[in-house]
Amino acid sequence: MIAEIGHFALVLALCVAVVQAVVPLMGARRGNAAWMSVAGPAATLQFLFIAVAFGALTNAYVTSDFSVMNVAQNSHTDKPMLYKVAGVWGNHEGSLLLWITILALFGFAVTLFGRNLPPGLKSRALAVQATIAVGFLAFILLTSNPFARLEPPPINGQGLNPMLQDPGLAFHPPFLYLGYVGFSMAFSFAIAALLEGRVDAAWARWVRPWTLAAWVFLTCGIILGSWWAYYTLGWGGWWYWDPVENASFMPWLAGTALLHSAIVVEKRDALKSWTILLAIVAFGLSLLGTFLVRSGVLTSVHAFATDPARGVFILLLLCAAVGGSLALYAARAPTMKMGGLFSPISREGALLLNNVLMATGAATVLLGTLYPLIADALNLGKVSVGPPFFNAVFLPLMAPMVLVMAAAPMLSWKRGDIAGVLGRLKFIGALALGAAMLVWFLQGGSAGPWWTGAGFALAVWLGLGTLWDMAERIGLFSRPGQALSRAAKLPNSAWGMLLAHFGLAVFIVGLTASSAWTTEHIQTQKVGETVDVSGYGVTLKSVDEVPGPNYTATRATFEISKGGSVIGVMAPEKRMYRQPPRPTTTAAIRSGITGDLYVVIGDPDPNKGGWVTRLYFNPCIPWLWAGGLLLIVGGLISLADRRHRVGAPARAANAAAKA
Amino acid sequence: MTLTCHPERSEGSPLGTSFPILRRLGRMRSLGFARDDGRIAAVFVAALLVLSAPAWAVNPDEMLKDPAQEHRARELGKDLRCLVCQNQSIDDSDADLAKDLRVIVRERIAKGDSDDQVRKFVVDRYGDYVLLKPPFKMSTLALWLGPLALFLGALWAVLAFYRRRPAEKAAPPPPPLSAEEQRRLDKLLKESER
Repeated sequence: MIAEIGHFALVLALCVAVVQAVVPLMGARRGNAAWMSVAGPAATLQFLFIAVAFGALTNAYVTSDFSVMNVAQNSHTDKPMLYKVAGVWGNHEGSLLLWITILALFGFAVTLFGRNLPPGLKSRALAVQATIAVGFLAFILLTSNPFARLEPPPINGQGLNPMLQDPGLAFHPPFLYLGYVGFSMAFSFAIAALLEGRVDAAWARWVRPWTLAAWVFLTCGIILGSWWAYYTLGWGGWWYWDPVENASFMPWLAGTALLHSAIVVEKRDALKSWTILLAIVAFGLSLLGTFLVRSGVLTSVHAFATDPARGVFILLLLCAAVGGSLALYAARAPTMKMGGLFSPISREGALLLNNVLMATGAATVLLGTLYPLIADALNLGKVSVGPPFFNAVFLPLMAPMVLVMAAAPMLSWKRGDIAGVLGRLKFIGALALGAAMLVWFLQGGSAGPWWTGAGFALAVWLGLGTLWDMAERIGLFSRPGQALSRAAKLPNSAWGMLLAHFGLAVFIVGLTASSAWTTEHIQTQKVGETVDVSGYGVTLKSVDEVPGPNYTATRATFEISKGGSVIGVMAPEKRMYRQPPRPTTTAAIRSGITGDLYVVIGDPDPNKGGWVTRLYFNPCIPWLWAGGLLLIVGGLISLADRRHRVGAPARAANAAAKA
Repeated sequence: MTLTCHPERSEGSPLGTSFPILRRLGRMRSLGFARDDGRIAAVFVAALLVLSAPAWAVNPDEMLKDPAQEHRARELGKDLRCLVCQNQSIDDSDADLAKDLRVIVRERIAKGDSDDQVRKFVVDRYGDYVLLKPPFKMSTLALWLGPLALFLGALWAVLAFYRRRPAEKAAPPPPPLSAEEQRRLDKLLKESER
């Protein structure tokens, strides 16, 4: 019964979404305030209905209602509660329901926080939002109903893929979707602005925080995914340029570019048309990501053919959304007036240059991801495009971007003084070159890869350059007495920017060191045997069978020693799940500032006796996560800037008057 | 971070006959790589979530004694695709075919082949598809030159954008602020400083 309520709520949500997509739009066109005001309540109602549906499916999972086909195929009574709940979005139908729930949540948020929005813009944006919802609700109801029943219900479910039964991965999809779908806000407002024919600073001021929020979520989702991959996949890798990773990385790149060009719209009333295009592209790439993953076209062309209804539906949806919005853009963008002027050497100019690099990067990833499909379709033969290609093409694009990044925040708006800025940064430049030489010397010259020096130089340039900028802004050296009070006065958005840029520098250190200097020892190790890994003595003490809630683990116990004294114990596991019967690995990781000791237990060796063990020292991996965390924290701090809260200045004036 | 395929591991027939890959692919399809609904969902979700089964990959028994040679084999292996997997190198995959290829690579190295000779040996048998970094040739021209063309195109557009601007600059400057406007501006500036 509850499942049917969920199904029915989805149908009702579709009806409401249709009304929300049509009526406010017509109202805005005719200037009918009553029709326009339908948008808000409709968005609220739509959210309520979809929330009911989501609740109904969650209930089916929590109570293990195997008469619902979706639950029977993806859950099991033995599963811990966390994974029963996470199982809701751990499958095709449920994850789409999560997608649409988040979409409705954002629409609802517009009605909550958007009281100060001009009614025309608000109603149009909500209508666009509802149009997307109509597409996805129809997709769910017509091809992917999560509430379909199973007759007769099985005794127990088939279980969730054990790979998904992990805390890192339980929260990975919601964050990813909050990011993907979050870009729908920028998209809806971009389309609304095109329909209205007006883009101004108020528009950018509204769009920026939502884009920033989506970007923070997406960053979080990607980092969680990488982190999970790092500790479960068992070889210490964390990024493989896999199509599904690229699917999340492309919107991230476009979103990052959007974030920065929206600043120019807000502050300088320039780059409006480009920002609108980026908003469309960012969400278009989010949709493309959903399509690529959901249609299965990447898994194999055959998977696409086994269920063409779904793939074709999403493809049509994608074409309609992206094609329609680009057509509208082509028609309306030329009429948009250019705003503030600026010279190529200026903060706007630097932001534009980085936008170009970022957009080229996103396009490169897109090209590489789709090229095997294109080549196949054009009969050019089967082509593999893997990590070596992306590393060779994408990274060189990012190097000049990092170079510009350190100097850009120091340039003034409109017309900057590049010579002056470089003069202020000359010590940092010298330090960066010094770091490159030091790294080259420490790794023994050409004994390591040539690019490590470049990586460290870029990291030092960006990291110290950012710190230097911060020091100058608060007058740390010129007027040290006032530095603290000046620091307190610096707006949150400035702190957020500085932290995020610094975070990227930290990330580059981790990226460079872990790619270049990982040491690896693969061997058959008998109990009692010790292997030396980068100065750590790793001794296999025992291997035991340990029962888990829905799996049996083979747990190895290693004793770690350094300089002759024991400093700890590490216990990696190899798990065999009961339902479905699949193996997983859990690496044991001991993190330090210089890197991770990473230990994996493999299969027993039948010939020699003992176990295959894989022992790694992955240098500077924690720097990756620290850098990612700084990006997220920087985004959050910037989000807390009072200027992002529409109407905040007025309230602040009142408070000041009272005080 | 990719889906590892699981061709039955017990049937580890070595490379004996002409094209084992074809047999394996056939077997995979019959395994129902994505056949019924539930599996499709599982596969897609797995794909969405950036997944893989644990990869045991290189095993001690297949490694070369000479560390320098083994290092070369590892580096080569990273650029060769496991043909039955989704975007995994033979170095990362636990599929039988990946193991077979790893062993072949090591055999060639032990026989004294250079890296290029080993690569050629593998490509002659499996085609360009086996290379994770596609070779530069007619069919991959767009792939290799595309990013550069895009970048140059974008730069050109930006330059055109800057060139177009001076024409607008020629427009008459806005009239100076009136006394009233100046007063309001001063007030606003004062407020924002507080």
